[in-house]
Amino acid sequence: MAADTDTKYGAAEQAASGGLPQLDLSTWFNQIFWLVIVFAALYFILSMFILPRLREGISDREDRISDDLDQASNMQREAEEAEKAYNRSLADARAKAMNVAETTKKSIDAEIASEIEAADANMDRQAEIAEANIRKIKTKALSNIESIAGETAIEVVSTLTGKAPTAAAVRAAMTP
Amino acid sequence: MASDPMEQFKIKDAAELFEIGGQTISWTNSSFWMVVSAILIIGFFALTTKRKLVPGKMQSLGELSYEFIANMVKDTTGVEAMKFMPFVFTLFFFILAANLIGMNPYAFTTTSHIAVTAALAVFTICVVIVAGIWKNGLKWFKIFAPSGLPAIMYVIIIPIEIISFISRPITLAVRLFANMVAGHVMLKLFAIFAAFLAAKGGIVALGVVVPVLATTAIVALEFLIAGLQAFVFAILTCVYLNDVYHVDH
Repeated sequence: MAADTDTKYGAAEQAASGGLPQLDLSTWFNQIFWLVIVFAALYFILSMFILPRLREGISDREDRISDDLDQASNMQREAEEAEKAYNRSLADARAKAMNVAETTKKSIDAEIASEIEAADANMDRQAEIAEANIRKIKTKALSNIESIAGETAIEVVSTLTGKAPTAAAVRAAMTP
Repeated sequence: MASDPMEQFKIKDAAELFEIGGQTISWTNSSFWMVVSAILIIGFFALTTKRKLVPGKMQSLGELSYEFIANMVKDTTGVEAMKFMPFVFTLFFFILAANLIGMNPYAFTTTSHIAVTAALAVFTICVVIVAGIWKNGLKWFKIFAPSGLPAIMYVIIIPIEIISFISRPITLAVRLFANMVAGHVMLKLFAIFAAFLAAKGGIVALGVVVPVLATTAIVALEFLIAGLQAFVFAILTCVYLNDVYHVDH
């Protein structure tokens, strides 16, 4: 290329003006002009068309995910409520069963107690009758003992002395 | 063969188009590659806006890019700065595309010119200043005078704050420009050295291995720097946008 053949002169020129093409101020206006146009166009297109669509895509997904999560937590709450209701009815049934058992037990206990009372009363009555009998027999026996002892004493005395004492004398002697 | 390592930065006029205020506007290699980078960016993102519930590969890339910049803005500046997210997005991808295009042989690196990087940096700072005054009024100038200091300290602090603020666009511009230029010059130098050794012939030609390996390593490094510098420019823009929203720092 023509530009390459006179590189030496170009380099010498550049060395004189500081060397860097970047410091050639005559190109600055042109570069900045194009930068402003390109950057503005890029900013406009990105911010008007590209970025809102990306943002919507992301927020749509987030909405969907949070909706699904909400639904899942609702379902969980419902399940928990159902479990609670089940537990409550179970507890009710258990309490009712316990109640029935308790009342049954109480009535049976009362029955047993009254029977025992009745049996006790019966037994007391019979014991009293028996005691009365025993007392009667005892007094009878005691009075018999007196007469037998009197007779025995008369026998003994008549056998020993040959004289029979009178029954009245014996009784008088026996009474202290 | 162009043996001047600065040859690659030369702006070549292809056609003179028209004049504005005495300045000739011409179609150059710089403007051509600038337009190419814009078309590539738009073309790439046009493929990513399918808006499917379950994203495909391209849509994932687009959404990843969106969330990358959105998180950068949110984390460094705050949710209120999301208005500037399209600006940071454009900035990042414009610089990234320019840097990556520059890695192709025969392509021109638009960001290797201080005119471009300085224009971007100055515009960024102007955005900060205008938005800051728009939002806070004259109170915005408090960023130069942090509250809660003894009065004498302000004599020292205010000039320091002003100097550090002014140096922002300068560092922003020079950092990107210098990184791009240095990398490309180094690549060119090693390549020229390799060509020089190969041309010598004989046993010396075997030494060509060293600059070729070095060139390969630098190419890898340059790809890293291409992404890194775009990232640095974007995140520093976010950091500077902090001054719009957090005047009391």
